[in-house]
Amino acid sequence: MKKVSIIGAGMTKFGERWDKSLKELVVEAGIKALVDSNLSGNEIEAVYGGTMAAGRLVGQEHVGALLADAMGLNPLPSIRVEAACASGGMALREAYMAIASGYHDVVVVGGVEKMTDVSTGDATIALAGAGDVEWEYFSGATFPAVYALLAKKHMAEFGTTEEQMAQVAVKNHENGSKNEYAQYQNKITLEQVMKSKPIAEPLKILDCSPITDGAAALVLASSDIARKYSDTPIEISGVGMASDTLPLHDRASLIELNATKVAAEKAYRQAGVTPKEINFAEVHDCFTIAELLAVEDLGFFPKGKGGPATQEGETALNSKISINTSGGLKACGHPVGATGVKQAVEATWQLRGEGKGRQVDNAEIGLTHNVGGSGATAIVHIMKRVN
Amino acid sequence: MVEGIASIWRNIPQRYRLEGNYCENCGTAYFPPRVVCVKCRRQGKLKTKIFCGKGKIETYTKVYTAPTGLELEVPYYLAIINLSEGPSILGQLVETDSEKIKIGSNVEFIFRKMREDGEEGLIQYGYKFKIV
Repeated sequence: MKKVSIIGAGMTKFGERWDKSLKELVVEAGIKALVDSNLSGNEIEAVYGGTMAAGRLVGQEHVGALLADAMGLNPLPSIRVEAACASGGMALREAYMAIASGYHDVVVVGGVEKMTDVSTGDATIALAGAGDVEWEYFSGATFPAVYALLAKKHMAEFGTTEEQMAQVAVKNHENGSKNEYAQYQNKITLEQVMKSKPIAEPLKILDCSPITDGAAALVLASSDIARKYSDTPIEISGVGMASDTLPLHDRASLIELNATKVAAEKAYRQAGVTPKEINFAEVHDCFTIAELLAVEDLGFFPKGKGGPATQEGETALNSKISINTSGGLKACGHPVGATGVKQAVEATWQLRGEGKGRQVDNAEIGLTHNVGGSGATAIVHIMKRVN
Repeated sequence: MVEGIASIWRNIPQRYRLEGNYCENCGTAYFPPRVVCVKCRRQGKLKTKIFCGKGKIETYTKVYTAPTGLELEVPYYLAIINLSEGPSILGQLVETDSEKIKIGSNVEFIFRKMREDGEEGLIQYGYKFKIV
């Protein structure tokens, strides 16, 4: 199997981008990644794009063809992949495999979602499709409600508190305030989170990631030619993906996301590292409880200790392990199909030392963790600096 | 959500009377019914089973922001219920004093209206649960 490196990364500003269409967003991110990679463009062999619900949100399907066309890359093969909120991570994995297998040498990966062209109600319906529409949504299970069920279970089992969950939002807004691409660059207080509007008990509006427009893109190359284009290629040293039951109620356990655990084990094994060696991670905090589950299931903290660890500041920037330096889904925003790619963009910047005001000290190894639905898909990538 | 007339009709046995199935080979019960036993796969032998609808609350939430079509229902309680006969199910908790809603509380199935598609549209029925 060939080794694979990231040689270019770029993203749009995340937020309510009323001025830009899906096509314009993804081209902007793609061009930034290509400029960053020093490619002329003729070296590219294929395009991989992740988007969850372009059909529901802007009425556009056939996004693979749209991507190649919009970026001026016809007649290259162009593939859309979909795994709900993990669509971006899955696009990255597909692109990784295309190079690792030796089939391609240079490919572009994009992730995009344009969510604010429809009402919040319609966006909620589109997102509910990440779960089981017949047996969850029919009974009134919105996406926040499904994570609220996980939160209530975690609280009952481990004594996790609403304040501990709220601290995830406070910390991620703190990080987001240092990220010029973040949707929310304002800091918030614990009290503001606790007093915010209830959505699905115990989750409040400030426990939830927002509805966002945005795109992110990467250029991947076989590591044996990566140095031709980049002085600082970032190697993808481990990849893991796992699946679980689509509806939450069919899971064997509700105190963890088993798909995250299995995906992480695979990625750690391939990379030959342990959770202790990871300097920073971008994890899937679609709701604050999801970050607590992630830091436990990825092995950074023992099961049930994610809440206390967060409360004690052990996941803040340059603490025990820096979690969600970009601001995470909570503050940077969550254009669902773009998120998995954006996480890898942030990891690339951190590993190159381009983290600006949010740089992790001595960043050598980073991890990204992208979840689809309530955990029916989980994808983990481990990346490292190549010295 | 795409709920055409045929898809509503197709799910009547499950939604009106909790019809699922179980595998004669390994004994695992499924709700909703599965096409293939996930444990035995092709060696499995699935038979119809109607669940009694009694169970315990494993986790619950009170929903304040409803999806389109359920706006008038808020706030409503949702729970994951471990049915006494095996599988777990997600459903609304109704007709219940909120103080009695706790993890571990016993519940039972009730047949209720779920939603209606405008004044002249289809009315959908299904399962909800109440504390016993």
